Amino acid sequence: MKNKYLERLYNGLIKENPTLVLMLGMCPTLAVSTAAINGITMGLSSLAVLVLSNFLISVMRNVIPDEVRLPAYIVIVASLVTVVKLLIKAYLPSVDAALGLYIDLIVVNCIILGRAEAYANKHTPGLSVMDGIGMGLGFTVALTLAGLVRELLGAGTVFGFTVFPQEYAVGIMIQPPGAFLVIALFIIIMNAIGIKTRQHELVNSDGCDGCCATCAMRCEEAKEEVK
Amino acid sequence: MIRLILIVILNALISNVVLNQFLGICSFLGVSRQIKASASLGGAVIFVITIASAVASILYNGILVPLHLEFMKMIVFILVIAALVQIVEMFLKKKSPSVYKALGIYLPLITTNCAVLGIAIDNIDKFGYNFIESVFSGFGTAIGYTIAIVLLAGIRSRVDEEAIPRPVRGAPVVMLAAALMSIAFMGFTELQPAIETVLKGVGQ
Repeated sequence: MKNKYLERLYNGLIKENPTLVLMLGMCPTLAVSTAAINGITMGLSSLAVLVLSNFLISVMRNVIPDEVRLPAYIVIVASLVTVVKLLIKAYLPSVDAALGLYIDLIVVNCIILGRAEAYANKHTPGLSVMDGIGMGLGFTVALTLAGLVRELLGAGTVFGFTVFPQEYAVGIMIQPPGAFLVIALFIIIMNAIGIKTRQHELVNSDGCDGCCATCAMRCEEAKEEVK
Repeated sequence: MIRLILIVILNALISNVVLNQFLGICSFLGVSRQIKASASLGGAVIFVITIASAVASILYNGILVPLHLEFMKMIVFILVIAALVQIVEMFLKKKSPSVYKALGIYLPLITTNCAVLGIAIDNIDKFGYNFIESVFSGFGTAIGYTIAIVLLAGIRSRVDEEAIPRPVRGAPVVMLAAALMSIAFMGFTELQPAIETVLKGVGQ
């Protein structure tokens, strides 16, 4: 029994890492990876929302009617994000200033709705919470890694501590283009050492497979209708 | 009038929604395979973001502020936008099937596109725009999205025919193209201080 719970952690962190393997949640990954500390705070905020939403959805999985499950999930997630946003605004104003809009946008993060749809609405609350912790940690690790590389190359610091003088840093890495460059680099490295990722789906999906659980489902329906 | 034009330029070119703000990345990377599909998606985005910005602004200033329920804006916006896209979809299907055929597949995609929600929140939290300004800000954002995705589709149609090293094929080469576009768009940021000064000077 214990193994099943630990397997969820391993699955989220490594086997199905939401950012590096499943290529979900690209918007926050690109946007907030300007510094390692931003990656950690954003990752942990998402983790909190994900664990709570997985728990609530799992508890209510037999109560929510199937036809209205997506709006119900969205309301649950949006309420949780509002709570997290207000807490961060009250107790961690510096984090709020650094992440701003992207805390609000956790609500449309496909990792959260995706896990609700793919896991939490079919499994027990205990397993769902572990799944949320695993996926949340996987997201946090990936964001922090991207932030670390960008901060090191772009400002010559790691978590704010100077590694080499700023004159030698490549300033563009902490500007918007650096985000695309670092993620491209990550995918190139993973391709080169033969780790299977969903990178081809990311760019060839017709948008149906990209971001959110919600659009993925509605999209297939709409495609059928138009045909 | 000058103010509104400057808001459109500011949102379309300077703080470009995908290349600078990283909103709507998934559809930007996913649909940019063909120029035609990209242009259709761009059209749908212009349509939805402009209407959503207007509706969000009315709801916020007309209902949430008088009732002191500003903290509810996220829940309200996401539900209203999701419903709005469905209504737009039904309306188009009935009234203009040809437009529906061109945009239909892409409309549901936009429901949970972060760009729509992001700009609705930014209009209020970051800029404090009034109704007309919000509409133009939404329109400018969508124009910026369309420019970016159509340009990327143009680049990709060339890149796909080249001999690319195996590890770089697929997503990396698209991201590298996006990075170069982002560098090009950084050139516009020089305009930002000038535009912001004018915006302050022209007043409400």
